[in-house]
Amino acid sequence: MSVFTDILLLFLVVCAVAASLSKNLLNSILIFMSYSLVMSIIWILLESPDLAITEAAVGAGITSLLFFVTLKKIHAIVESDRKEKKDE
Amino acid sequence: MSRKLSEEEYKKKLSYRMEQWFAGQRDPYLEHLRMKPQAERTLEPEKEEALRKEKKERLDKVYRISDNRPVKLFEKLYRIFCVAFCFFLVIMLLIAVSFLPSYGEDEKPVNNEVSRRYIEKGLQETGAVNIVTGMILDYRAFDTLGESHVLFAATCTVLILLRHDKKKGERDTEEETDRVYEPKNDVILQMVSKVLVPPIILFGIYVILCGHLGPGGGFSGGAVIGAGLILYLNAFGFAKTEKFFSEKTYKVLSVSALGCYCLAKSYSFYTGANHIESVIPLGTPGAILSSGLILVLNICVGIVVAGTMYTFYVMFRKGGY
Repeated sequence: MSVFTDILLLFLVVCAVAASLSKNLLNSILIFMSYSLVMSIIWILLESPDLAITEAAVGAGITSLLFFVTLKKIHAIVESDRKEKKDE
Repeated sequence: MSRKLSEEEYKKKLSYRMEQWFAGQRDPYLEHLRMKPQAERTLEPEKEEALRKEKKERLDKVYRISDNRPVKLFEKLYRIFCVAFCFFLVIMLLIAVSFLPSYGEDEKPVNNEVSRRYIEKGLQETGAVNIVTGMILDYRAFDTLGESHVLFAATCTVLILLRHDKKKGERDTEEETDRVYEPKNDVILQMVSKVLVPPIILFGIYVILCGHLGPGGGFSGGAVIGAGLILYLNAFGFAKTEKFFSEKTYKVLSVSALGCYCLAKSYSFYTGANHIESVIPLGTPGAILSSGLILVLNICVGIVVAGTMYTFYVMFRKGGY
């Protein structure tokens, strides 16, 4: 069990560093989402299922949704799509 | 003695003009003051050239970093100090963490009489099997009340910042809202959300209603319901969600939920402070209708949170219901 926790904690650190270093904002949000999911698993392992449910619903669900909408508003998602089309 | 003035004579008098001015028929400044259009600025070409050159030089002085030694130095130092400060912060935090008591250890300041009382007498005093819910909605319900109001205030701020009122006859543009291409009718998304949305919302209701029996509670259940509503909105568009969730619904729901919370909590504060026995029975622990007011408070918090999450999303999407 403790090995599993260590792996999860390591993943947490890697996610945190990767989210701040990623150049693409969309990738960064996705990494943040996975961070929240791993965090909710860790909450369950720490025997606080209340926090785990909240973390999964708010951290992984609604916060990332609001980030996505904001990115769409500032045309960060659309422009990357256009770039891909140009590359093709 | 009075005499009758002829009309032409009367029109020259001050009183006539005053009267007309009061009636709004005549502007006293109309023929006396006039705005002159500004004359266009003309310069000799040589002078203009000199001015432009000076401006460019000045801009270069500020913005061309390669020639600007102080700025260059500042940038280098800034980077070094950034890294140094980050390391300093990390080391400080690690030192602070190393002083924390280890997890689950006895004889530590966390294990004082407060938590002992919560654990030993929580079920007896609040009637909630889930001690966490008993704590946040009974012993510390005042904090939770403030939390709900913080959420409400956050929604109000988002409303002020992002609200976009359309004038009559004005049409949506792509810049302002992304509703222009609705309904998008994405078949995969619609089928998936048809299957997923009812279980999500049911699960949210379950989490709210069983907050005092198992893990969960108003906040998490409300967030789950809000996420389900957002998924439904994304799949089927605003036209369908407006039928059951409009701005008026949100206002009525959140204000009545907050008011209900305040009333229920002030009742228990009143009885608790005056040592009056509460009329509301605690019920048998484990039953759904037990633990006094906690169920009501959970439902109130859940309604506020669900509405708030949904409203956040709608405001971000198009700035108004």
